[in-house]
Amino acid sequence: MKGWTSRLLTLLVIASLVPAVVAWAEYADVTINTRSEAEGVAPVIYPHWFHRIRFQCSVCHVDLGFKTGAGTTGITMEKLIDGQYCGACHDGNIAWSIDNCDLCHSGRPGLETGIKGGHETMGPGLY
Amino acid sequence: MKSRSAIFLLVVLTALTSAVVGAGNWQPLKNDGLHDPSNPAIEVLQEPGEALSVLVPDGAGNKVDWVQSLQQGLIEPRPSLDGGREPEILDSDVIMKNTYPMLYVRFPHKPHTQWMACEMCHDRIFLPQEDANPINMGKILEGEYCGLCHGAVSFPLTECNRCHNTDPATLVGESAATGEGAQ
Repeated sequence: MKGWTSRLLTLLVIASLVPAVVAWAEYADVTINTRSEAEGVAPVIYPHWFHRIRFQCSVCHVDLGFKTGAGTTGITMEKLIDGQYCGACHDGNIAWSIDNCDLCHSGRPGLETGIKGGHETMGPGLY
Repeated sequence: MKSRSAIFLLVVLTALTSAVVGAGNWQPLKNDGLHDPSNPAIEVLQEPGEALSVLVPDGAGNKVDWVQSLQQGLIEPRPSLDGGREPEILDSDVIMKNTYPMLYVRFPHKPHTQWMACEMCHDRIFLPQEDANPINMGKILEGEYCGLCHGAVSFPLTECNRCHNTDPATLVGESAATGEGAQ
């Protein structure tokens, strides 16, 4: 009985440590790797939480033409340099300019394009 | 042996659940499974915990109540880049009644219009007329209609009661009971 209790206690201690080592992205984080790694740069991570603190949804999804599907908008660096999509803000004026490559291209190698995150994000069509 | 494994699993699941349900456990970017910890940007980018811990807490999604945070003025997301768009707030609810055995759905325009312009939904996703939108949970779970945002960016579809919140009995006398916005 004593062995049983100590085992259970050990398990409880291990289990209490689990949350510390489980990793999950923030709800609604978007990863884009449609072209990045093929072009020799790290995948892009777009945090919705950061942007929605500062802008309403329609700024990007109506005015700037971002589609509501990860990787479906057809973003290229050429378009951003022309001031489209991310380039509408990331111009060194409203937000840092797009020559800060690392700040967007900050993903781990091999990330797939999609919408990620814990706290029950599954993403459209993935339930 | 079997029962020990079962208890172990139960304990682990409980710990995981409490980690997910508990508020204020935003992962540092370097531990989020997405960011490359060796990327120098990690030191520059804002941490979710720093930005989100000061907003109204919630149990799901980003662990913040985005609507409450906006309505309390904790955040002021701009409606346009150039100041050329003013929010058009519409304070009108749509009752959806084809929800048996769940409660009716009350769709509130107000918080939605505080977050986005009409064009975000109309007519791209929803036709602005009664009985014109064949919504069902299957489609929502597949990312259509409400599911385009809820389950991806807005609060997740595990939060059934936030939409299915209206008892038919309480609608007596309300104009919506006559069928406004049904379906």
